[in-house]
Amino acid sequence: MRQIETAAITRAVKEAAIAANYDLGKDLLAALQRGEQEEESPSGREIFRQLLENASIADTERVPLCQDCGLAVIFVELGQEVQIVGGDFEQAIQEGVRQGYGEGYLRKSLCHPLTRANTGDNTPAVIHTEIVPGDRLKITVVPKGGGSENMSRVFMLKPAEGRAGVIEKVVTAVKEAGPNPCPPIIVGVGIGGTFERAALLAKKALLREVGSPNPDPELAALEQEMLQQVNDLGIGPQGLGGRITAMAVHVLMQPSHIASLPVAVNIQCHASRHKEAVL
Amino acid sequence: MSKTVKLTPPLTDKDVEVLEIGDRVLVSGVIYTARDAAHKRLVDLLAAGKELPVDFKGQILYYVGPSPARPGRVIGAAGPTTSYRMDSYTPTMLQLGLKAMIGKGKRSPEVIAAMQQYKAVYLGATGGAGALISQCIKKAQVVAFPELGPEAVHRLEVENLPAIVINDCKGRDLYELGVKEYRRTADTNIEPTVCR
Ligand code: SF4
Repeated sequence: MRQIETAAITRAVKEAAIAANYDLGKDLLAALQRGEQEEESPSGREIFRQLLENASIADTERVPLCQDCGLAVIFVELGQEVQIVGGDFEQAIQEGVRQGYGEGYLRKSLCHPLTRANTGDNTPAVIHTEIVPGDRLKITVVPKGGGSENMSRVFMLKPAEGRAGVIEKVVTAVKEAGPNPCPPIIVGVGIGGTFERAALLAKKALLREVGSPNPDPELAALEQEMLQQVNDLGIGPQGLGGRITAMAVHVLMQPSHIASLPVAVNIQCHASRHKEAVL
Repeated sequence: MSKTVKLTPPLTDKDVEVLEIGDRVLVSGVIYTARDAAHKRLVDLLAAGKELPVDFKGQILYYVGPSPARPGRVIGAAGPTTSYRMDSYTPTMLQLGLKAMIGKGKRSPEVIAAMQQYKAVYLGATGGAGALISQCIKKAQVVAFPELGPEAVHRLEVENLPAIVINDCKGRDLYELGVKEYRRTADTNIEPTVCR
């Protein structure tokens, strides 16, 4: 068994939370640059230009990319040969979020759902843990903004609706979201599993490098078709009209019940922030 | 052809009437912030017959919940939040004489009608450009509901804060017209249902 101290986990989460909110990934920067070149609408190109400038100001002036520093969604892949020592594993992650959002001057955006009283430290984070082979611990911090999360949907389709039905639902979700989730967006799609698994797949799909093809040729083709139809909507950057509503569609799929066809659409804004740490 | 207009509140009916969808505006001077929780407080105060902490007549309201300022800085990131969540409160705010709102995303038909009735405009700032927009904010001060943290009402002094006219006081909507130009699908029904 390889031992990992909870203190190291807290530190890793804290650093990843801060880094995610200040430094846009290289893949996203490249996608924004491509957008600035390829967008046909002048106001759309102007938005891409602003977003690139925003990323550079965030980096040099140490201002978060977006004031909505998100609810911290944490994906954990815990190697089965790892032993966590020195305290409670989940508490160590929550402490990392608390410290990161405090010391990083990040906005605390969590509240009691009914009274709306702020929890004050951006906890509790939402943690998804998977046990995997090996002796490593991989933690991915995904600060998820409310604006785009609010436009996300889960559909329980009839199997007869099939592939065309799935595409239609993805297009519907993007269409109804319109300018609200800060387009240009990234669309995470989860197909299959159960009600809750489809949603989790959709969120996980957002972690793939933007612009990289899906390793599964069937899904790669599906993504292309969805992207084409989404961009035919003409919503464009910030909803002002344009060619690029989504920079990418990412799909994850797994078998479902013979009676079901769950489809989840997790909409992600251009501030698609995620940072991983491997211990 | 769209034009660029400099706006400094307090605004009059005349200032608002010249604005058309697609126009670029640069906002300077004093503006106020409020988002979900602050709107609820303001409308509750009105319902209770109490005085508001700010006189909104002729003013511009920015829907934003900034991130905390680093020591020595004016403010953190400060981009717009999605406006439809304020829709149910907005006609009341317009009735008080509010002349412009800055946010992102669609407004309800009721809000668009109220903007026509009371002569007001809705301006879109770039969602997710929080770092960029923070550079236009020269002073920030909490003027009401400090207990709401990022949702408190702030008084901001801004310089050339860039935005675009989404809804003018003639009831037009840039989100509808702009998208039409680039749409390649036959489907014309893009009325969002989730935004109501
Ligand atoms: S949707 Fe994304 S970019 Fe837009 S305000 Fe929210 S977190 Fe920021």
